[in-house]
Amino acid sequence: MQNRSLAFWLFLTPVILGLGIVVVIPFFYGLFYSFTDWNGITANEFLGFENYIKLFQENEFMSSIWFTVKFAVVTVILLNIMGLGLALLVTRNIKSSNLLRTVFFMPNLIGGLILGFIWQFIFISVFGDIAGLTGIEGLNGWLSTTNTGFWGLVILTAWQMAGYIMIIYIAYLENIPKELIEAAKIDGESSFQRFKNITFPLVAPAFTVSMFLTLSMAFKIYDQNLSLTNGGPFNSTQMVAMEIVRTAFSDNQMAYAQAKAVIFFLIVAVIAMTQVYYNKKREVEM
Amino acid sequence: MKKNNEKRNLLSIEILGLLLGLIWIAPFYLMIVNAFKSKRDIFSGVLGFPEEIVFANFVEAFIDLEFLKSLFNSVLITGLSIAIIILFSSMAGYALARNKSKLSGIIFFIFVAAMLIPFQSVMIPLVSIFGQADMLNAGGLIFMYLGFGCSLSIFLYHGAMTGISKSMDEAAIIDGANRFQTFWYIIFPLLKPISVTVGILNVIWIWNDYLLPSLVLSESNATIPLKMFYFFGQYTKQWHLALAGLTIAIIPVIVGYFFAQKQIINGVSEGAVK
Repeated sequence: MQNRSLAFWLFLTPVILGLGIVVVIPFFYGLFYSFTDWNGITANEFLGFENYIKLFQENEFMSSIWFTVKFAVVTVILLNIMGLGLALLVTRNIKSSNLLRTVFFMPNLIGGLILGFIWQFIFISVFGDIAGLTGIEGLNGWLSTTNTGFWGLVILTAWQMAGYIMIIYIAYLENIPKELIEAAKIDGESSFQRFKNITFPLVAPAFTVSMFLTLSMAFKIYDQNLSLTNGGPFNSTQMVAMEIVRTAFSDNQMAYAQAKAVIFFLIVAVIAMTQVYYNKKREVEM
Repeated sequence: MKKNNEKRNLLSIEILGLLLGLIWIAPFYLMIVNAFKSKRDIFSGVLGFPEEIVFANFVEAFIDLEFLKSLFNSVLITGLSIAIIILFSSMAGYALARNKSKLSGIIFFIFVAAMLIPFQSVMIPLVSIFGQADMLNAGGLIFMYLGFGCSLSIFLYHGAMTGISKSMDEAAIIDGANRFQTFWYIIFPLLKPISVTVGILNVIWIWNDYLLPSLVLSESNATIPLKMFYFFGQYTKQWHLALAGLTIAIIPVIVGYFFAQKQIINGVSEGAVK
């Protein structure tokens, strides 16, 4: 197909319209209006960087960024350890391998909103009852402090996503030639040495994929945040995505919310690009 | 001696795995068991079995969720979105893969780069633009899903096209088929495996999506997650009803998973690794 062929452009028209109207135009439209006093319909005044200066001085926004960063770091580490661990477990020659894959993966298919509600019950009622039975005071009142709310979100996300990361690691683990492992066994390497010398280097590309996925997922999380803690207590467990939604649709500060959304885009884009760059470099070196 | 050791090792791994599996499904187990309890029964303890099995919770939740209506809305919106994403993305992936010009490469790059833009960064202008065009309805929502979903889908189709020889097209063209016929009768059937992957990835996302429908749809054509949100808000502190509602809401997913488990796991694996 040539550039001038009508068929080429006809094949592309629907998706160009789709991406253009839904993503590209709103993106630039929003970028422009983030420099104004836009109220969602009209803008009267060009404000320059005023919205941006204001958001860096706002405690609530800055603490939501800090909370999100902490959350992202902890979940990315946890998810990759758990995902690799589960993958190593179910790729062993055990009878329940398929059953366990099914079970570990299941939470991924259900929306974060519904899972958050289920875990609200677990953290409030089930933890409360266990505290009553065992006398462990620390299990009472989860989701009502910032710290336990944080860990509640981490536990929910780890439980939901670990099976997904497991699937990625399985795909790489199953690509490792069996002969390599056998040869190492004959050479008398211990299972730890085999993991270090064969499995780990060959699974390294899976880190690129899963770190990228988990990091951007952790930054964009919204549904779980809404249904599990709803940002509480006192907005202290509110992540960036929720902060933006609230500023726009509860406080009706559209231009200001859009400035936050632009900063959010910059953070996500920079992380994603650094990640891809470093992992590509490392893979080549190896 | 060594064989025995290995067997014992595998057995302990198996037991460890099963224990982890039990922990993994414990939240679902607790949800279902307590959904069968009366309000008083839940109040006196959530860890044990129900004193007596209460079906009425499910009946009330089913009615309040307007479940058949929400299910219909979810099926309609997800189904139509998937159909147009598959059709239009495969067409685009085909066209971009068969045109090796610089322009074609740039267009492909724009689609891939757009994946970097998080939803929240375009959400406010998007809702404003569609609101002014009077398109905040199911039709507008389906079009939005095309816009958000086409990037990854085109990327996957584009990758799959490298496995389909150009001689397939040429043979069809020589036989007198035009581009559309060639695509529809020759190429599209060959793309079926990747269409399954694209379909599964988008179903999981769109079926469960909450934020976008909450901004676009009115309560009268709410999808399941949206309806669940309203429902849960009504029944705080009434766990027996809330849990029955949650159980009902995940039944369609569990049924789907039961029938298409292998395809789902393969599809997700392919989508993530590529």
